Amino acid sequence: MVEEGRRVRRARTWLPGLILLSPSIVAIGVFVYGLIGWNVKVALSSWHTVISPQRFVGLENLTGLWGEERWNGAVQHAVLFTAVFVGGAMLLGWILALLLDKGLRGEGGFRAVYLFPMAVSFIATGIVWRWLMNPAPGERASGLNLLFDHVGLGFLSNDWWQNPTWGMGAMAIPAIWQMSGYVMALVLAGLRGVPEELREAARVDGASEWQVYRKVVIPQLRPVTLAALIILGHISLKVFDLIVAVSGKQIITDVPAVYMWQMVFDAHDFAKGAAIATYMLLAVAVFIVPYLVYSVRTERRS
Amino acid sequence: MRLKRRGAASVALLAVVCLALAGCGGDKKATTAGGASKVEVFSWWTGGGEGKGLEAMIADFKKKNSQIEFVNAAVAGGSGTNAKAVLASRLQANQPPDSFQGHAGAELLDYIKAGQLESVNFLYDEQKLRDVFPQQLVDQITFEGQIYSVPVNIHRSNILWYSPAVLKEAGISKPPATIEEFIADLKTVKDKTNKIPISLGAQWTADHLLESVLLGRLGLDAYNALWKSGADWSSPKVTQALQDFATILSYANAEAASTDWQLAAKNVVDGKAAFNVMGDWAAGYFKELGKTPKTDFDWAAAPGTDGVYMWLSDSFTLPKNAPHRDAAVAWLKEAASKEGQDLFNPQKGSIPARTDADTSLYKDYLAWALEQWRNSKLAGSMWHGVTANNAWHTDIDTAVGLFLKNKNTANFQKALVDAATKGISAS
Repeated sequence: MVEEGRRVRRARTWLPGLILLSPSIVAIGVFVYGLIGWNVKVALSSWHTVISPQRFVGLENLTGLWGEERWNGAVQHAVLFTAVFVGGAMLLGWILALLLDKGLRGEGGFRAVYLFPMAVSFIATGIVWRWLMNPAPGERASGLNLLFDHVGLGFLSNDWWQNPTWGMGAMAIPAIWQMSGYVMALVLAGLRGVPEELREAARVDGASEWQVYRKVVIPQLRPVTLAALIILGHISLKVFDLIVAVSGKQIITDVPAVYMWQMVFDAHDFAKGAAIATYMLLAVAVFIVPYLVYSVRTERRS
Repeated sequence: MRLKRRGAASVALLAVVCLALAGCGGDKKATTAGGASKVEVFSWWTGGGEGKGLEAMIADFKKKNSQIEFVNAAVAGGSGTNAKAVLASRLQANQPPDSFQGHAGAELLDYIKAGQLESVNFLYDEQKLRDVFPQQLVDQITFEGQIYSVPVNIHRSNILWYSPAVLKEAGISKPPATIEEFIADLKTVKDKTNKIPISLGAQWTADHLLESVLLGRLGLDAYNALWKSGADWSSPKVTQALQDFATILSYANAEAASTDWQLAAKNVVDGKAAFNVMGDWAAGYFKELGKTPKTDFDWAAAPGTDGVYMWLSDSFTLPKNAPHRDAAVAWLKEAASKEGQDLFNPQKGSIPARTDADTSLYKDYLAWALEQWRNSKLAGSMWHGVTANNAWHTDIDTAVGLFLKNKNTANFQKALVDAATKGISAS
């Protein structure tokens, strides 16, 4: 009797919570993990046309991609884009945050201005930057090249994202423009979270202003920086809308997400599309999983 | 506790029953309403001339079939990208519209192989359509003896648009008739003027140019043979065509990848470029811009393709399990009829597939096109869905894109050979 009563009481503490959560657990189980599982199953199958049988073929589709010129190009593009975008947005975000942290007059206004681009969708950004980065020469010039011409900086004119080698670096510029304000907001919040006493203590100890930042403030901001890196990194690896808005389906700016879309919706090669999707998931997981491990660990420690 | 579990079980059971009923309900609707009460027609014609053309055809359909309610299930979005995605999910769920739009030819193969389309041979026999459509057209849309769609219009892909003013400035008296002349003219324009020799748009417009260069270099029979079993994409003639393609591309505008087809074509009517190869929907676009044919722009068959009509066509289909099959057949009759096609095409800026159309309705470019349609040999357009199935089409696009990036003709040809091997074995 006593045993029974205790069990009921214990159940009372966890059961209502579980019941409340169960619809979303089931929904996530089916629509997120279930579909991830289904996607992997398709990636390992021979479902290459609408009618082909869905036999299990092992890793054939996943390994086959690496023999393709298009896939290797798409991966290189994604890596270059990610490096320039994440590097650029972090650098710019940090600089903006450090400047604003100095107690600028009208700081609120600047903060809003730098944050605004985040409210714009990648599609809208892409349409505008498609025009800004038009590489037409001479009298057909427009956008940034025309501007450079007019202010006597003609040597800066270039072919932007149409450059066959570095084009994806230029493609990252709109993304940097859009996301650096977000990094700024994160870093600024982090900077404000460092107690003034710590800085003062360092100054009393004879630290220069540079040393205060270098040795006291920045080390405190490691978690914020890591969070920003992960958020930008996973946006970057699955970038799709920006590319489609600026360039459409063109090999010169091909990335895995665009390749996947074309395989599924244009070519109806479902197995190949699913294989690409699986790689994209893995690439994002490389960023996310260490972060999850890290944050769970720090939570436990505190 | 036990009571609760029973409660949960009955809720689950109820849900299952509801779902089953809903499912049966759907089925019942499909089987009992096979009559002619309603017809749902799916297309991507929502605006501009094509939207108006569709409305005119619908009005005529309603006049002839007053008892049938017409449901226009058009989905907006250029060249049907969105519509095709919506359609795919409806077909997957086995809820097809009564008739849907698709490019006539190999683009429909995926639907045909998946068993989603019914043959319309009976309609061709009943309406004697074989007598009014060109024989070659009927041949080129027949798969294993069966025809699966009714072409409502014809567009032409192999048109060279040119600016008379720029040609005059360069001292060129007439449009080029062969690929060699074309390349020579491009060089003349480059040397003597500061205009763009050939105005090109994003990657797909290069795909579009490629089919005209292949046809121009290989000729009709060799071009048509590229899409059938035994095709030889590794022949020296194809090599020559690809080298010509590379040479022509070297005279294109530097900003091609950032340019859509409209702007690429507009460069010609604005006097900024000498030539542009684009389908004849450009004529409709120039008309919208208020440009005058023969003075602001002029046209000829793409170099080396005179006398060949590289066609593409929008057509309507009869899906298997169409909920209202009889009404769908009535719609297909309308789409195939002389009145229907003559109502639709002048608005859309295309010509009827039928050769007995009323010529007085077609002016300027369309008058020329209609005359050519009746007197030309036919080749199907690769890029616009006639000759290559969806996977092959995408493979060619990939090969062209890689070529635009690395300019390696040998790799390009090898990729095209591989694409053809794969494509032919699948079709």
